[in-house]
Amino acid sequence: MKKIEAIIRSSRLEAVKEALGKYNIHGLTVTHVLGCGLQRGQTEYYRGNLYTVNLLPKVKLEIIALDNRVPEIVEIISREARTGEIGDGKIFIYPVETAIRIRTGEQGEDAI
Amino acid sequence: MSCKINKSALINGLILAAVIILILALPAWAGDPSGTATGSAADIPAAQAGTPTLEELATAAGKLKIGLNFVWTLLAGFLVFFMQAGFALVETGFTRAKNAAHTMAMNLMVFLVGAVGFFVLGFGLMFGGLGAVANLGGTPPLNHELTAGGWGLLGLKGFFLNGDAYDVGVFALFLFQMVFMDTAVTIPTGAMAERVKFSAVVLGSFFIAMFLYPIFGNWVWGGGWLAQLGAKLGLGHGAVDFAGSGVVHSIGGAAGLAGALILGPRLGKYRNGKPAAIPGHDIPMAVLGTIILFFGWFGFNPGSTLSGGDLRIAVVAVNTMMAGAVGGLASMLYTWWRQGKPDPSMMCNGVLAGLVAITAPSAFVNGPVACLIGAVAGILVVWSVYFFDHILKIDDPVGAISVHLVNGLWGLLAVGLFADGTYGAGWNGVGADSYLGVAGQGVTGLFYGDPGQLVAQLINMVVVFAWGFGASYVFYKILDKIIGIRVTPEAEEQGLDIPEMGALAYPDFMLTFGDTYIAEAVSTGQTAYDKRRREVPVHN
Repeated sequence: MKKIEAIIRSSRLEAVKEALGKYNIHGLTVTHVLGCGLQRGQTEYYRGNLYTVNLLPKVKLEIIALDNRVPEIVEIISREARTGEIGDGKIFIYPVETAIRIRTGEQGEDAI
Repeated sequence: MSCKINKSALINGLILAAVIILILALPAWAGDPSGTATGSAADIPAAQAGTPTLEELATAAGKLKIGLNFVWTLLAGFLVFFMQAGFALVETGFTRAKNAAHTMAMNLMVFLVGAVGFFVLGFGLMFGGLGAVANLGGTPPLNHELTAGGWGLLGLKGFFLNGDAYDVGVFALFLFQMVFMDTAVTIPTGAMAERVKFSAVVLGSFFIAMFLYPIFGNWVWGGGWLAQLGAKLGLGHGAVDFAGSGVVHSIGGAAGLAGALILGPRLGKYRNGKPAAIPGHDIPMAVLGTIILFFGWFGFNPGSTLSGGDLRIAVVAVNTMMAGAVGGLASMLYTWWRQGKPDPSMMCNGVLAGLVAITAPSAFVNGPVACLIGAVAGILVVWSVYFFDHILKIDDPVGAISVHLVNGLWGLLAVGLFADGTYGAGWNGVGADSYLGVAGQGVTGLFYGDPGQLVAQLINMVVVFAWGFGASYVFYKILDKIIGIRVTPEAEEQGLDIPEMGALAYPDFMLTFGDTYIAEAVSTGQTAYDKRRREVPVHN
């Protein structure tokens, strides 16, 4: 079992979600996040004072998947979230110890 | 529960309804749908119905005139009241979400406190010596002015609207003037937002409503000494301020300046002496507030004729409209040019600056000059915000000082420069028959031939600043010594909503327990959710 954590552009979320759905991947958690990386943010004026917006809004997707599906999911996210410009985001993959479904108490791979 | 409707029954019903409507519409009407027959000699109260005497006719005409003035004055007052919503939205939009309940509540509270303060003391001090208001019926119960050597200082009648002041004309005047006073009281809350104690604003609002505003108001509008500069010293028509660039806006702005100066800047506003941007949390809210204020200004300025029969209201309304529009436009273009993008918050300030500046001259200038006054105001407000932020280092989160004090003074000056003499004959008791040798000549500025008017306006500007800033500085300083007017740094960091008000503006951002939570233990085999569902049945 692996956790795939992808930080992507908010504007690419719908496309990623739709593509994952086509491959029968429906379990995902999405959060609004702020972050900075290579994309440095931008400088604006507010009432005559310069300020820099360097934490930019992104969305974070979290998907728990069986090991054999991970390459497929990474491929889908990479394809759909890419614009080719700086700021497309990153994907991180972590091992997951176990999973428990609260409603039934199922454990492990059955709970996904 | 689901509900199915029989389609044919529905169609039959619709046809039946259409037929009934047709039948109802067919017969001839006994009423007067075109309105031509409604309103006739029969509507004039007369001993012999339908044939009123000349005197009865004149009485009815007089009532109609005064009635029109009452309706105009009251409706304009209601519009001005709505400006309270505009102030609340602008100030809250320009400040941070963590202080939103505090800022919003201050803007409501100032009305509650101001209404009581003005009712008890303020109105009497301001208008107690006004004399008859011809446009509101001319009844003269407000006839006691405290004077020194013939110069009016204070009114001394009409407290609690009691005794002789229990009079329809006085009540109409009170409503209109109370909402004006409220505008002055709400201005400092913007300059002092995000760090001032709520209790300090309560006491400060009583002070403004009962002393600061009405005493100066008496000098200009209540027949006091600034208004007498024309009649007694020959300085034009005396201090002329049509709807309150000085009386309302400069006083409010000056009190805000004193408050902001004593409070000091918000935490984090200055880093190594350089001002930082602290963006407001809701620009759409501020823009909506600006539009509401603009709408209310159509009551503020045209209503100040106190007369629906004074056709100058069209000029006043258009001047107000153009100055506000050009003010916003000037700010927009100026920030676009200097910063690369049109700054929405500065556009709001520019609109308001134009409106504040045209408030005093709105009845006395022509259309192109109104545009010029607005354009100057729109640029002036951007400079002024920069000046207070970077040079004087006085933190004013919403630009209240620049909009109301600086542009209020510009409005007073504009009367002395641009008043074109077409309106205001007899203003402050000067030149009722002729002025500058011309019959019917009204208030006249420097560029139209009367330097005396400019001198009167300059005196007005100096006095409004000295009184407004001086008296409120002393007041806030004393208040600061007694109760302290600034919140603790901890409260300021947390946001004032909880420490000051005990309520968050936006509690949905806080984790709370849902209604399925039960604290007590449940029996084995039963979940808390089961138990709760039995207690509160949910239908879905």
